[in-house]
Amino acid sequence: MIRFARISALALAATLISGSLAVAEDFKVESPQCIAPSNPGGGWDFICRTTAKYLFDLDIIEDTMQVTNMSGGGGGVAFAHVTKERNEDNNLIVAASMSTSARIAQGIYKGASKEDVHWLATFGAEYGAIAVPKDSPFNNLGEMMGAIKMNPRSVGIAGGSSVGSYDHIKPMLIARAAGMEDVTKLKYVSYSGGGEAMTGLLSNSVEALSGDFSEMLGFLESGDIRIIAILGPERLKSHPDIPTAKEQGYDVVGANWRGLYMPAGASDKAKAFWKDAIMKMTEDEGFQKDLEAAAMATFNNFGDDMDDFVEGSIKDITKLSKEIGILK
Amino acid sequence: MDVLSSLGDGFAIALTAENLFLALVGCFLGTLMGALPGLGPANGVAIMIPIAFSLGLGPTPSLILLTSIYYGAMYGGRISSILLNIPGDEPAMMTCLDGYPMAQQGRAGEALTLSGIASFVGAFFATCGLVLLAPQLVKIALLFGPAEYFVLFTLAFATLGGITATNQAKSAFAAAFGLGIAMIGSDSQTGSQRFTFDHIHLYDGIDFLIAIVGLFALSEVFIFLEKHKSGEIGKTGAKVGKLLPDWKMVRRCIPTMGRGTIIGFISGVLPGAGASLGSFLAYSLEKQAVDRKGETFGEGDPRGVAAPEAGNNAASGGALVPMLALGVPGSGTTAVLLAVLLQLNITPGPLLFQKNPDVVWGLIAALFIGNFMLLIMNIPLVGLFTRVLLVPTRILMPVVAMISFVGIYSITGSTFDVMLMVGFGVLGWVLRKLTVPLVPVILGILLGNEMEVNLRRALTISDGDWSILVGSPLAIILWVIAIIGFTLPIFLGRRMRRRMEANRSG
Repeated sequence: MIRFARISALALAATLISGSLAVAEDFKVESPQCIAPSNPGGGWDFICRTTAKYLFDLDIIEDTMQVTNMSGGGGGVAFAHVTKERNEDNNLIVAASMSTSARIAQGIYKGASKEDVHWLATFGAEYGAIAVPKDSPFNNLGEMMGAIKMNPRSVGIAGGSSVGSYDHIKPMLIARAAGMEDVTKLKYVSYSGGGEAMTGLLSNSVEALSGDFSEMLGFLESGDIRIIAILGPERLKSHPDIPTAKEQGYDVVGANWRGLYMPAGASDKAKAFWKDAIMKMTEDEGFQKDLEAAAMATFNNFGDDMDDFVEGSIKDITKLSKEIGILK
Repeated sequence: MDVLSSLGDGFAIALTAENLFLALVGCFLGTLMGALPGLGPANGVAIMIPIAFSLGLGPTPSLILLTSIYYGAMYGGRISSILLNIPGDEPAMMTCLDGYPMAQQGRAGEALTLSGIASFVGAFFATCGLVLLAPQLVKIALLFGPAEYFVLFTLAFATLGGITATNQAKSAFAAAFGLGIAMIGSDSQTGSQRFTFDHIHLYDGIDFLIAIVGLFALSEVFIFLEKHKSGEIGKTGAKVGKLLPDWKMVRRCIPTMGRGTIIGFISGVLPGAGASLGSFLAYSLEKQAVDRKGETFGEGDPRGVAAPEAGNNAASGGALVPMLALGVPGSGTTAVLLAVLLQLNITPGPLLFQKNPDVVWGLIAALFIGNFMLLIMNIPLVGLFTRVLLVPTRILMPVVAMISFVGIYSITGSTFDVMLMVGFGVLGWVLRKLTVPLVPVILGILLGNEMEVNLRRALTISDGDWSILVGSPLAIILWVIAIIGFTLPIFLGRRMRRRMEANRSG
């Protein structure tokens, strides 16, 4: 018995040593891959392609990073693929955003929980905004909410995603702050994508648009639309003339973060490597300029912060969805 | 004059040795990708993005490479349609209907050359339209609200009866079947699951590419297997025949190309419609215009090849209008191009023409250059392409099967989708045995979701009031065309039958 124990102890020690040796070796990326859980052209695709470009340009990775589009289930197919088939892949990162955590919270990814993957980082966020056509009768959020409270069906609000999505939740939050009792009465018209929702607004099919600020930027500059509220904690530095919802009396902040996750079973070295890699990317001036051009704010979370952040984000949305009545 | 001088600047940007070389490479690769079933323009462009970036190309050269691939793939799609009855990409589906019969009659060379010319005409004039009319065209796109889109899709289905002459009931069944398949997946309005049976791979519905490759390409392989066993198959495929059409045939097709270009271009400009609808409407309306009796279309009428090719290539030019001017992609490919622009720090939108004139005009000049290059490249290559017909079917069919499998797997990366494709292959074989036309099935899958979503959007906006569907002059005009398109073949068919009976008795 004693002998056996000693042998197993030795074996254990040996594994420990070899294990620590393996850890001590520097992690080297081999044929890295970024999965964009959407079709080419979407926001997640943009995250992957931007990350791939900067990591390569900054010599953080030697090989070019392959970007794979794996659409399906609003990101659920990619999530299941990573947790079930690639759980120990050290060379894989996946694009994520507010929608990812919102869908986990609302149970849209079947049986998925936050712990199934390793949350790597956020590197930017953009605030939601409410826009109206240039000749709209609404000059501010108060006028619009007044009309909605009189008759909720008189104001159609377009958004680039389905009922219950973040684009829908944002106006519901404002309506709740305005004292509306049944916020599900809001007339939300779902479009497939922010661009399409914008055409809905421009063709006067709807009266208002709920979306991300960056999607509206071009049309704001051309004068086709007016933005009556930005859902940030304070006014944007680049557009100080747009009032926040908060200063108009509706304390609502809606930030859509952009970031990445990776397989939970990847080695600690790999997790550390990718964390450093994304950190280095966010420190790059060109990257920050890109963010600014896309009207995104710096919004960095790494390591434990990131984990806490996602947990908090999921909790918030679960709570909200229950209050609003989307989730039972 | 302003436009011309801007375009001149554009040519100055595009006409460098490097850019011309990239355009050539792009056109060649694009044609190849378009011709391979499964790989279409969207995937072709997506595959080339990392290559463009790792080569360290600037914005304009990258765009030149990628748009050359886009246009090349739109040209290339017709090749396998005509030679193999397998559409290389979805807009090329309509080219099968008359292109393949032409090839079987030994007129493959003529069909290829003619469709190449039609592609050129469509793309060339669409690019001109893009140059001259982009800002005005955006206004047309904005005339279309959800109700108008719904009527437009109804129009497409109403004219279905016209294209498949054999049996109207079977066309209707096929269209309904396609619409049924389109209903599978998450409902984009509410996010709830429909017919997915909790299977995650079905959450996003069934990709029409899988359906097209299965229904057309694999079912062809199955039919070959069946015939091969019973010894019905000859040693080689069709005859090659002469390569170039005579001037008379081309001249007869000029009005056809003109009409196809206009219809295709307008469909392209509408973000919800796209190239498939463009080629479909170009074909079905052309048939109603010149072949009301249904005698020559579907039997290898050159006009049945020229119309959809002019239509789909014009639509690919038209689709750039909403992408550049509104930032709204009108098709899968323009969605990819949009992503490229964003990555190059160019934000498409109403101010793009003022903010980044060098990029826009360089791009447009590149489109003109690529277009001429494709014409010059495609005509001499017709001889080479038609050689495919000389390959014995027993070698050709396994190659088709292999390309189908590799193509679908490379796009979706999922074995489930590969199995689904095999399922569609079997389905296609059964439908062919029952002489149910395949085009309406694909049309149903392609347009079904958009049609439903737009109807529901319209009804949400009107609070359930159905009169919104006839609420604008545009909607009423579209209804009138749809009703004429639906009833005309029925009345004409009746009159024709009477005439035929009279002939027989007389």
